[in-house]
Amino acid sequence: MSVRNGLLALLAEQPMHGYQLRQEFERRTGSTWPLNIGQVYTTLHRLVRDGLAEPVPAQGAGTGDDVERFRLTDAGAAEVTAWWAQPVRRGVPARDELAIKIALAVTAPVVDVTGVIRAQRTETLRSLHDYTRLKLEVPTHEDLAWSLVLDSLVFAAEAEVRWLDHIEARIARAAHSHGASAAGAAAGAAAATQQADKNAEASR
Amino acid sequence: MSAARGPVLLRLGGVSRTHGHGDIAVHALRDVDLDVRVGELVAVMGPSGSGKSTLLNIAGGLDTPTSGTVTLAGSELSALDLRGRARLRRRSVGYVFQDFNLIPALTAAENVSLPRELDGIGSRAARREALEALADVGIDDLADRFPDEMSGGQQQRVAIARALAGPRRLVLADEPTGALDSVTGEDVMRVLRARVDAGAAGLLVTHEARFAAWADRTIFLRDGVVVDTTGERPEADVLLREGV
Repeated sequence: MSVRNGLLALLAEQPMHGYQLRQEFERRTGSTWPLNIGQVYTTLHRLVRDGLAEPVPAQGAGTGDDVERFRLTDAGAAEVTAWWAQPVRRGVPARDELAIKIALAVTAPVVDVTGVIRAQRTETLRSLHDYTRLKLEVPTHEDLAWSLVLDSLVFAAEAEVRWLDHIEARIARAAHSHGASAAGAAAGAAAATQQADKNAEASR
Repeated sequence: MSAARGPVLLRLGGVSRTHGHGDIAVHALRDVDLDVRVGELVAVMGPSGSGKSTLLNIAGGLDTPTSGTVTLAGSELSALDLRGRARLRRRSVGYVFQDFNLIPALTAAENVSLPRELDGIGSRAARREALEALADVGIDDLADRFPDEMSGGQQQRVAIARALAGPRRLVLADEPTGALDSVTGEDVMRVLRARVDAGAAGLLVTHEARFAAWADRTIFLRDGVVVDTTGERPEADVLLREGV
């Protein structure tokens, strides 16, 4: 997944040791997805095992640098090039708790679906406000990588709000035209599941 | 982002607005309470027909509530006669629209200074204020351009400058990013946010959550009723610390 490819991409720039890799990964993505050092070394060892990276031969005694550094093999470099060239495939949507919750809520007899949707929208908007505030604190051209990561979170949260608006309206319409019947529930359930993969994409 | 909030500039107390009577009565707004303080930007969201525009019109004194009170800069609107209300509106409130609504035959500076000249201040003073207002939105170098010589984002900055020129403190913005691409829209929101932080207050109608998120809080209208609000802006970075 992205840690593996992320580390490969960083190693393509220059040989690094584990701590450096972790630091660089977090710096470049605004510490949004913190890595623990164990994760970094596990991934590095897998890359070595798969022939994509290798330890840099020691420079001889006296350099004071006894931490093992890693660099890409030719196969690793080819892998990075291929990663940049290919679109990210999302594959099977990850199980999304929100989509599941709403799909179940519309078909459950005693749940106030509109209440569920509204509470969620308030929460999602709150995150959206937070991300936006963080954006405001990043001078626009100073940290482009970090502000682009924030943009991705902003757009994902916005997509979720729009989806919630959409299903709320569909449920209201279904309830209006058929009375509060199973039809309304079915429409809501369909909307929730249809959107499940888009939503999973948005939440990465 | 915003400094300590100032005094309440706009207060709606139990505002309802009904069109028509009896069976055909349409309740555009029902019992809406809302405070907007100096230094505060409040976003209003809701589907078409939910009462957003009515709310904006009532806040600006362009429409009057069927019941409830509107207090603008300390004066209750219903206590004023038509003339008093018009004067208060001119002195306190500026509008920003989706389509900028600049006068094509006037330069940026003239667009901004015109309402101030109508307020009765001299043209030289109005021009000076206009240049200050244009500087506040970062385009004083475009003062002598005509609207059709400016991009959409620049025109919207002129509109924001016009809305807040002179003593005006409350900006009512109706889909100000609606005609702009997303990056330019964001620039305009940055400007609006900065102007509010510098001592104005704003009410922002938008259907895009991404832009509403620049506000301190968002209220949702549905069928004329406030159904939800995000509450006060929380401290930032909580989310990130918890690991997104």
